[in-house]
Amino acid sequence: MTCKEFLGLLDDLIDGAVSAEMRTELDAHLGRCGHCEVILNTTRKTIEIYRSHEVYELPTGLRERLHAAIMARCKKGC
Amino acid sequence: MAIIQPIAAELEPHPDVALIERVRAGDVAAYDALVRKYERQVFRISQHITQNREDAEDAMQDAFLKAYEKLDQFQGNSKFYTWLVRIAVNESLMRLRKRRTGKMVSIDEDIATEEGSVPRDLADWAPDPEQNYSQEELAGILERAWKGLPKGFRVVFELRDVQGLSTEDTAEALGLSIPAVKSRLLRARLQLRERLSRYFRRNKGSERNETRRIRK
Repeated sequence: MTCKEFLGLLDDLIDGAVSAEMRTELDAHLGRCGHCEVILNTTRKTIEIYRSHEVYELPTGLRERLHAAIMARCKKGC
Repeated sequence: MAIIQPIAAELEPHPDVALIERVRAGDVAAYDALVRKYERQVFRISQHITQNREDAEDAMQDAFLKAYEKLDQFQGNSKFYTWLVRIAVNESLMRLRKRRTGKMVSIDEDIATEEGSVPRDLADWAPDPEQNYSQEELAGILERAWKGLPKGFRVVFELRDVQGLSTEDTAEALGLSIPAVKSRLLRARLQLRERLSRYFRRNKGSERNETRRIRK
């Protein structure tokens, strides 16, 4: 397996969407290629960081205000 | 049993179905529950697309109102949230169009760049690299990296990786093909990784110092 082929399967590997057979091939490539191992680990970490830190947070006051506006209009029958 | 269980789980109705039935029967409080459940996610999607707080608020509000009005048209063969996201995406694009005085805008207008498709920075990262920064610094780093991403990528990454939607649901919500979602997701992940790498890569200097310290 080449690095390019590995990269083509990176998302499936991260998402756990590869067959056991393919997984063995990917693991074999990772055992030989430090660069691809770094790419896999740092991509996983990237996802984890964005999952645990919100880029746009909705402040409580704003949420309540929007919520009240939506409910008020819906009660009038939109 | 191992085979039967997942099938049984698939037949379980989604919790939103009961709420939608109550709304259809005239129970506004049930819609209240749906709004509360999804308002944060919908706001984030609108903010990603409009890049403008005021527009995002309006788009979010109108998306929920439109979904309420059109609930009779909701078929139930797709998930309520997927359907709601599709409305929110359209509302957000409409706001963007108005701000650009009627110019056509689409979700994938700025994805021509090939930047980041091939990883360049191959340095390993420090262990738990985010802990080397204060909360404020980290928020700034994440936002800068995020803003450098084309918005057609941001929304795909948000739905797939942050909100955890399936590829199929993301494709349906955004009106994209499955291969398009897959290709955008890979590029989004790689571009963000590349941008964060500038801040999170292992500092070889400090590593050497650490080794020296240990040897003493």
